[in-house]
Amino acid sequence: MSSAEWEAVVGLEVHAHLKTLTKMFCRCELEYGAAENTRTCPVCLAHPGALPVPNGRAIEMTILLGLALDCEIAEHAVFDRKNYFYPDLPKGYQISQYEAPLCGPGRFLLPTADGEREIGIVRAHLEEDAAKTVHSGGATGRSVGADYSLVDFNRGGTPLLEIVGAPDLRSAEEATWFLRLLRQTIVDLGISDADMEKGTLRADVNVSVRQRGEQGFRPRWEIKNMNSFRFIGRAIEAAFRQQVEAHEAGEEVVQSTYDYDDHTDRLTVHRSKEEADDYRYFPEPDLVPVEPPAELVERLRAEVPERPADRIRRLADELGFAPAAELVTTGNEWKAEALAAEGVEWKAAAAIAMNRGGFLPENAGALARIVQANVTREALDEAFAAAAEGPIEADDYLARTALGDEDELVPVIDAVLAAHPEQVETYRGGKEGVLGFLVGQVMRETQGNADPKVVNRLLAERLRRE
Amino acid sequence: MIDTLRLTAEEAKRLLDAREVSGAELFAAYRAAIGDRDEELHCFLHVCDDPGGDGIPIALKDVIGTKGIPTTAGSRILEGYLPVYDSTVVQRLKAHGLRILGKTNTDEFAMGSSTENSAFGPSHNPWDPSRVPGGSGGGSAAAVSAGLAPWALGSDTGGSIKQPSALCGNVGLRPTYGTVSRYGVVAFASSLDQVGPVARTVRDCAFLYSIIAGRDERDSTTVELPEHVELPNEDGLRGLRVGVPKELNKAEGIEPGVAAAVQAAIAQLEELGAEVGECALPLSVEFGMPCYYLIAPAEASSNLARYDGVRYGYRADAEERLEMYERTRNEGFGDEPKRRIMVGTYALSAGYYDAYYGQAQKVRTVIKREHDALFETFDALVSPTSPTVAFPLGARTADPIAMYLSDLLTIPSCMAGLPGLSIPCGLSEGLPVGLQLVGPQFAENTLFRIGHALEQALGFDPVPERLRA
Repeated sequence: MSSAEWEAVVGLEVHAHLKTLTKMFCRCELEYGAAENTRTCPVCLAHPGALPVPNGRAIEMTILLGLALDCEIAEHAVFDRKNYFYPDLPKGYQISQYEAPLCGPGRFLLPTADGEREIGIVRAHLEEDAAKTVHSGGATGRSVGADYSLVDFNRGGTPLLEIVGAPDLRSAEEATWFLRLLRQTIVDLGISDADMEKGTLRADVNVSVRQRGEQGFRPRWEIKNMNSFRFIGRAIEAAFRQQVEAHEAGEEVVQSTYDYDDHTDRLTVHRSKEEADDYRYFPEPDLVPVEPPAELVERLRAEVPERPADRIRRLADELGFAPAAELVTTGNEWKAEALAAEGVEWKAAAAIAMNRGGFLPENAGALARIVQANVTREALDEAFAAAAEGPIEADDYLARTALGDEDELVPVIDAVLAAHPEQVETYRGGKEGVLGFLVGQVMRETQGNADPKVVNRLLAERLRRE
Repeated sequence: MIDTLRLTAEEAKRLLDAREVSGAELFAAYRAAIGDRDEELHCFLHVCDDPGGDGIPIALKDVIGTKGIPTTAGSRILEGYLPVYDSTVVQRLKAHGLRILGKTNTDEFAMGSSTENSAFGPSHNPWDPSRVPGGSGGGSAAAVSAGLAPWALGSDTGGSIKQPSALCGNVGLRPTYGTVSRYGVVAFASSLDQVGPVARTVRDCAFLYSIIAGRDERDSTTVELPEHVELPNEDGLRGLRVGVPKELNKAEGIEPGVAAAVQAAIAQLEELGAEVGECALPLSVEFGMPCYYLIAPAEASSNLARYDGVRYGYRADAEERLEMYERTRNEGFGDEPKRRIMVGTYALSAGYYDAYYGQAQKVRTVIKREHDALFETFDALVSPTSPTVAFPLGARTADPIAMYLSDLLTIPSCMAGLPGLSIPCGLSEGLPVGLQLVGPQFAENTLFRIGHALEQALGFDPVPERLRA
């Protein structure tokens, strides 16, 4: 039995810090990087008698996300207590949502090179994040062996959106692509920075394997708190390899939490806790159910911008899938949109957007005129550099047209061909890739002023002719 | 000479307004009474100095958070804890100029019916110091009864205002759930806890309620009162219909002297013009108690998780985290909180939730409906508050179930979130008997009206006989 007959079954649980001004259940400011324990109050420190008051904006943001994922928005949502002891959880319970989340089942239409894949969304709910524990002293920097631990409660109570995806993803590549687009959806809604490096986006990854055509699911491994796209992809691949190996060797695959070690590229069972988890969920009696009025949901529906997946589908018609996907997920899309809006042909606009840095939006018109004119590469570089700093005038650059006159270029081209007989031979031998080198030589001879399109055409003509 | 045993808050306010007595004199008079009698009664866990001003003094049950003033909830685990903020009710008292006399004794985390579960020793009943003042708010009730405070605040989860008020001969109100903010009040069972007044007259009780009641944006479960609180004036009860639920009036364990006093008061209600009719609450009385002892401990097991030694309060020495938690909580909590944490943890555990906590919540809905149905016919329901008069210290400490039965008659309406007023209606064996009036949601004005008329007609003297001059 070869591993080609196995497929991965992957589901993601994604956590994103919401970009509210204040915390989920108190009005302490949220400020990344503030001095330790300076953004706290009796509520987020769980002093006796303190009570939670929900952040209405966080509820709206969760509904926005739910609408963008085609989720059912609950008419009656409930906050629950999830009980466990840890020093970074001051109340001894986390306020979360259990049986009645704000957002019910939805779906994510994932555009791929081979068409569209529907990835189920099980639910999305709102909860509060724990505080941050720093283990100090000792050798490992982990809680075991540390001399002491310190808790910074600034983060405690940050609104946290949890999105639970269905186990509909079938490869590491598909999982990371889904996560990228989901992240972009969150960012475009303006509800989170969703920055993995800063910890404002984290994912729990569930992986199992099965043979193609097999129904149902085998035991899965959960890899918690992943904060890099690359590691998520590698961890899924490693889990896939290890589980296939185990199944083929007839070993039991035990459902559990695993840690991924990027040095060994292997997963190992997470050190199990002293006792089995039983969170004793029950409805939070300090809060009343959330019942979003229909008018609010409709107002929010109107606020949802065009979704990145939809934009990729639209742009793919013009550009093809891969460039469209790249444009949308790299943050360069707006540049292409701005130039295309000023009349630049879409493909050219997309190429410029991917290869050039940012510019002030007000310069889009001038840049559009410049890139459509036949200016030198030097002039183009300068125009883009200036356009990032302040307003530019197109007329300052339009006069610097590229050398496109055939009578002037032909002698230069002939000299280059004469100087590089080997490359000419190579080209004629069928390796046409060498053309780039010859174009480069012509550009050098003309100090970059030649129009590359014209040079390309003339070179090809002359190489073919003889 | 101020007679704190007889001075009502209303009269104190008149004296202050007329400048017949100064704020300082008034405060000093209560401090002197505390000095005279609290060594014997042990009502107070902490006594405050006069903060100045001309407001009426007030005592607060020690579950009510007071900025900079020790708040222990009767527990070792909060010994020495100084709140960094005032609870909303305290903010409202201060906004009215009221001055805090001190913090009164309570069963640990308000869990108990006698104050014998206080980590700092029991309080004593001013009518007979060998007997309990009831609980959990026994300190507040005994302080008002003994003239150590003109009025006080308590908190009621299953009877902790009404039952001690009955045992000490006071007027106590457990308000409709959601009318008084719980912000800053040490939580026992969030869906049941309500702060309320303890006073010497129904009018004082109504006045204090008017100060503390109303929506608080810091407590999401609070609502605005649908109507203003009215100080009762009328003596007649014509047009009012009062129901007598037979299960609450004929329950096993109601002492004959208690039943007789309540029967006499019911006869008085009829004389005052009320229509009185028998009715029934079979499910509420049968299932109220067992459901209460699932829901309250379940919520308590979660509410008490924050006392972990990490941020404030008592912390035991230990080598590592888990040992620190275990020793802190083992040494910091007394037996009753531990018992309830264990029961509550069990009731919420995976595999047991549906059978226990989930089922109890469903029964709670049944209890609400059963009450609601009666209020289509009646404006209020009447019964004894406590099955017995004050019992001797130690009589029920060895038997938790016997202690729990002290709240048999108060628990059903608490489970339904309804207001209940206890007023003294006579003596049995020389000890006060409390009468409980329960109304529909937000019917406090009706309860005050009935309570006031009955109070005037019965002429009960709230000063303990042994303290009368």
